[in-house]
Amino acid sequence: MNLRFVGDSAVLIELRDSVAAQQLRRVMLAEHIAGVRELVPGYDTLLVEFDPLVLDADKMVSRLPKLMERPPRASQGREHQIEVHYDGADLEEVAHLTGLETIEVIRRHGAPCYSVAFLGFAPGFPYLVGLDRALRVTRLKSPRTRVPAGSVAIAGEFTGIYPQATPGGWRVLGHTDAILFDAARAEPALLLPGDKVRFRSLP
Amino acid sequence: MIAVLEPGRFTSLQDGGRIGFAHLGVPRAGAADTLSLRQANLLVGNPEFAPALEMALSGPVLRFDVDAVIALAGGQLDASLDDEPLAMYQSVAVRAGRILHCGALRTGVRAYLAAAGGFSAPPVLGSIASDTLAGIGPAVLRGGESLSIRTQRLQQGWYWRAPPDFGACPVLRVLAGPHAEWFPAGALEEFLGAEHEVHSDSDRSGLRLAGARVTRSRQPELRSQGMVSGAVQVPGDGHPIVLLCNHGTTGGYPVIVVVIAADLPRLGQLRPGAMLRFEMVSREQAMAALRVAAEDLRNGLVSADSGLLAARSLMTLAKSHPELRAANLQVDGRRVRLRR
Repeated sequence: MNLRFVGDSAVLIELRDSVAAQQLRRVMLAEHIAGVRELVPGYDTLLVEFDPLVLDADKMVSRLPKLMERPPRASQGREHQIEVHYDGADLEEVAHLTGLETIEVIRRHGAPCYSVAFLGFAPGFPYLVGLDRALRVTRLKSPRTRVPAGSVAIAGEFTGIYPQATPGGWRVLGHTDAILFDAARAEPALLLPGDKVRFRSLP
Repeated sequence: MIAVLEPGRFTSLQDGGRIGFAHLGVPRAGAADTLSLRQANLLVGNPEFAPALEMALSGPVLRFDVDAVIALAGGQLDASLDDEPLAMYQSVAVRAGRILHCGALRTGVRAYLAAAGGFSAPPVLGSIASDTLAGIGPAVLRGGESLSIRTQRLQQGWYWRAPPDFGACPVLRVLAGPHAEWFPAGALEEFLGAEHEVHSDSDRSGLRLAGARVTRSRQPELRSQGMVSGAVQVPGDGHPIVLLCNHGTTGGYPVIVVVIAADLPRLGQLRPGAMLRFEMVSREQAMAALRVAAEDLRNGLVSADSGLLAARSLMTLAKSHPELRAANLQVDGRRVRLRR
């Protein structure tokens, strides 16, 4: 574990991977530490943001090694099946870039069981890991000004789903009708860090 | 109800923002200058983070259809109630039927209008803040709509002891950022030594700094990680971005410095073209500054009778109209005279 202060109100904890970040987040949530405002998992980090008038950063940091020794709390990760129409604007280009047939791109994208590493970029936007190595492609050189809601897209080692129409530079393979984020729901984000996701290709 | 006759340049409902949802990718949002928000609310007896109107560059024209008590704080506005200039940083009783022209901002970039009882709107994820990045919460103010307030009577008037000055070229105090190894030796000193200008392509999510570029020793970006307001990110092109309240929750650009919590509200008052500098402090100094700020907020409020508040209003009038030789003002049945 490596630790970096981020200003006077946050600490970035560098961890092994996203699973370790989610684990530490669950442990810290269960501790109900007064003054903690946000526990934001990243790819292999956990950002702890706090009110420094309430929480003494050094005291909190000195507690971390103990907290990290706690036995893993059972993950409440759920499994989702998300139906995708593989009709994305970049499907052909991805086939060209990877040297695969489009049908093979679709097969390989639909094969793995992905896990949600973290959410970011926009409310409910999942960074899914587990992508077939053959499908790793760079982002678009020039981002689109509008990527439609529900777009299933890839960039680097990630697959993501755009919860709402936003500008974006990931390569779009298809779309889903699933509602990724709805602030009115009891659990606004459909996918949470630690959840598992399988894609099912719809004709 | 309050009728919005003109919305102003960019006016939105803001409070303390959404806290506890960053792990879902939900930005904090809320007031860009939380100090002015808190002062405006305290002046009308509200909880510090009660919903208020945030106006940028120029404010709205509002018709009050109910009696209300209001206060304005933040950058200096040319505000008037019907035809009378309106003093900021004090509570003002507004009778139903009167029209508030918030006017343009002369200093800073944002001002806050609080109403006793608070503006009401349906909360989304615990806040009524208008999220201008993710589109959560109420939309930006439009002409023709109406705002509801929970009216509340005040037992006495209040003014603010020492309103802040949003003068030129502030020095923002910073701590060293978490990604020192992304920058070559001397890059930090160069950044701290330079005067920076706020670029026109700035908003509630971030301030882009024009001018001096920051060199990076590593090109690949970071793996996405949680970000905080006040973080000064350096993208590949070397033009720094200071994250503001409505920033995306995660980011991948290395952070060279982080503005201390005590100076975050000041970031919300920098308009395009404004110049600024950064100064490195220690964590102890950062904490001391935050305690001083909290103390100032506790001690800022001064109670005043209507005569004193009317006199303050009159001084505002005199300041903004140097040609004026004499004037009468009636406030809450009290008559105040100006004679030069």
